[in-house]
Amino acid sequence: MATTAVSQHQTKWWSGGKSPFNVEYGKLMMWYFLMSDSFTFGAFLISYGSIRFSQNYWPNPGKVFSTFPGAGETNLPLAFVSLMTFILIMSSVTMVLAVHEGHHNNRKGVVKWMAWTIFGGLCFLTCQAWEWTHLITGGHIVLTDKNTLDVIGQTMRGNAWGPQVEPAMITQALQHTPVDALAKVVHAHDHSFSMQQLSSMSRDQLVGMIDVSKLDVTEKGPIAFGGYFFGITGFHGFHVFSGVVINTIMLIMAQTGVFDRKGHYLMIEKAGLYWHFVDLVWVFVFLCFYLI
Amino acid sequence: MEFRISNFIIFIHMEHAHAATEVTIHHEPSDSTSRIWKVFWILLIITIVELSLGLSIYFLDLPEGLRMHLLKGLIIILSLAKAYYIVSVFMHLGDEIRNMIMTVVVPLMLFIWFILAFIYDGDSYKNLRNKYDRYYKEKGIQQNQLKRETKPIKFGGKD
Repeated sequence: MATTAVSQHQTKWWSGGKSPFNVEYGKLMMWYFLMSDSFTFGAFLISYGSIRFSQNYWPNPGKVFSTFPGAGETNLPLAFVSLMTFILIMSSVTMVLAVHEGHHNNRKGVVKWMAWTIFGGLCFLTCQAWEWTHLITGGHIVLTDKNTLDVIGQTMRGNAWGPQVEPAMITQALQHTPVDALAKVVHAHDHSFSMQQLSSMSRDQLVGMIDVSKLDVTEKGPIAFGGYFFGITGFHGFHVFSGVVINTIMLIMAQTGVFDRKGHYLMIEKAGLYWHFVDLVWVFVFLCFYLI
Repeated sequence: MEFRISNFIIFIHMEHAHAATEVTIHHEPSDSTSRIWKVFWILLIITIVELSLGLSIYFLDLPEGLRMHLLKGLIIILSLAKAYYIVSVFMHLGDEIRNMIMTVVVPLMLFIWFILAFIYDGDSYKNLRNKYDRYYKEKGIQQNQLKRETKPIKFGGKD
């Protein structure tokens, strides 16, 4: 057997008996899967770019993503997404360290770094869940098409990140705004009253509580923003989730000694390729949605 | 099974179904993790630079124009550099043989055409609408003027 291997090593790559690309079959196919997956992500992102270039106005990401858990309404543009990016880079490093330990057949090292990678993935998913919830439920005062005020969140059907509305326009819009919407506007503006208290107030009382000069009102922004943002970050988040599941299976297999019995940790390498791809995609999602 | 020949290790994977052997030759894995940490610092520094450029777009509130395009172009180039380091070092593609790298990288060249064609299409659609749809054009001009007038809120200020 040993002599066969040596003589094969001396023949040409394409003369048969060995992998012409010098990679194991499963790893090669993982590369081709990732290549096809990059076309899927690429198609989504390019479609987003195409729609964005077809609009005269697009929301400023620094304004859309400016909140941080526990910081209330303090303006911290891109701070939270920086944390998410850092978490993902860190988990990529722990993954490559797990692969490195796998090369040395060190089970303990693999288990340790895989556990950190899974932890990083879970942290990222938690951050994304907070970010989505905050965007969807966050109340932003907008000028509607009927020239009234309303409070909406960032959803697939509504976008609150249009251009700023002048105080004169707000005063005018207040006249047409129905009472229930006025209560919501006051609530978004000043949290000292509960919605229940506000809903029992009269129209004049509510209007009296609104300081037009301090009110942050925007027009409605492009609706496509929500669909693309939730669609693409959701598709990426789904990849992170499946990566966490795959890594958990790898962790259990490593822990129970499956790879030791096989004599190699190539499965860890393949899971690692998938995990790094998830990080790679985030580089471009981060670029397209948050930076430019 | 594993055989050591000078600085190569030969792995032989027994496929249980066909009992065929698949022989791949790996370079001796390096003992040090210094390369991994070096790339980590590179990625972290690039990300911080990208962020500061992204924030300067927000705070300087530049008009659409050459300076804005240069800033955004720089961020795109930095992101491509990050992608290169992740693929080449973390995914070890740089250590594979050239033919294999080409089968992955060459098809991705399609993206160059994809991006150019679809961005051009989007831009042309905007121009067509601005030219023939008077309502759309007026709204666009109005929105861009309003956008210029709103100053971004300072960091840490109340939203």
